[in-house]
Amino acid sequence: MNDDLIIGGEKFSSRLIMGTGGAPSLEVLDQALVASGTELTTVAMRRLDPSARGSVLDVLRTRGIKVLPNTAGCFTAGEAVLTARLAREALETDWVKLEVVSDERTLLPDPIETFDAAERLVADGFVVLPYIGDDPALARRLEQAGCAAVMPLGAPIGSGLGIRNPHNIELIVEAAGVPVILDAGIGTASDAALAMELGCDAVLLATAVTRAQRPDMMAEAMRSAVRAGRLARLAGRIPRRRYAEASSPMNP
Amino acid sequence: MNVTINGTAHELPSGATVSQAVRKLTEATSGVAVAVNDEVVSRGAWDSTALAEADRVEVLTAVQGG
Repeated sequence: MNDDLIIGGEKFSSRLIMGTGGAPSLEVLDQALVASGTELTTVAMRRLDPSARGSVLDVLRTRGIKVLPNTAGCFTAGEAVLTARLAREALETDWVKLEVVSDERTLLPDPIETFDAAERLVADGFVVLPYIGDDPALARRLEQAGCAAVMPLGAPIGSGLGIRNPHNIELIVEAAGVPVILDAGIGTASDAALAMELGCDAVLLATAVTRAQRPDMMAEAMRSAVRAGRLARLAGRIPRRRYAEASSPMNP
Repeated sequence: MNVTINGTAHELPSGATVSQAVRKLTEATSGVAVAVNDEVVSRGAWDSTALAEADRVEVLTAVQGG
């Protein structure tokens, strides 16, 4: 069955987008990325450290995985726009996962700064994938502003709390004309499957894999969960009922 | 001439270019981007862009994250 994910005109056969934060080493990260089957993976932009050995970029290049730079660490639209422009220069991609957070403690996305940055980046020719709260109104406004996807959170970054407001995620999915990517909060495979069952087009996760006791095994679990959730969504689940409905007829 | 490169003070010859500042940290030219005083300087302009006293140079690359 051909069921490609299309973002900004590009096709992906995997609906699992990976982050790279939190892996104890590039070797562990490499194994996890391969096991996940991902075709699109985020990196952050930071000051160059002359003593650093090896690069996450080499891992992605070797594995043929498309790089998705993010603007992690930015608190204002201005910082995010500059970071996106630096990423475009360094990585030769106009794709950006726009991430503008409001405070260190929750890392919750700042909707005002995010929208401001999104408008400026779209005008500057970027393919913008904004990380947002589970807010259907904001998701719509960002789509109207020209974003290529919207990325609502399930729960705060790295929290592993799963999808705290499935109803809002469904509302975002119902109204969206661009891909909806559940981003942040995934703790284990069932969370990823639920995201897809709710109708999300893809899942982005990092910590759940990179900080698992066996990252490569969890990556494989996530790959299966995203696929299972996607198939269940397409298959159409049965309605919930208050009482039993016999599956074995009494009078055959 | 004193400039700041990634938050650290450096002494560079007067009229030094962005290329010279980058080489203080790395010989790499790919996978790296530069901003001077919060404005991106594209790679093609590194050799021809002269720095001025007290300029803030940021040299960034991709790291694990997100």
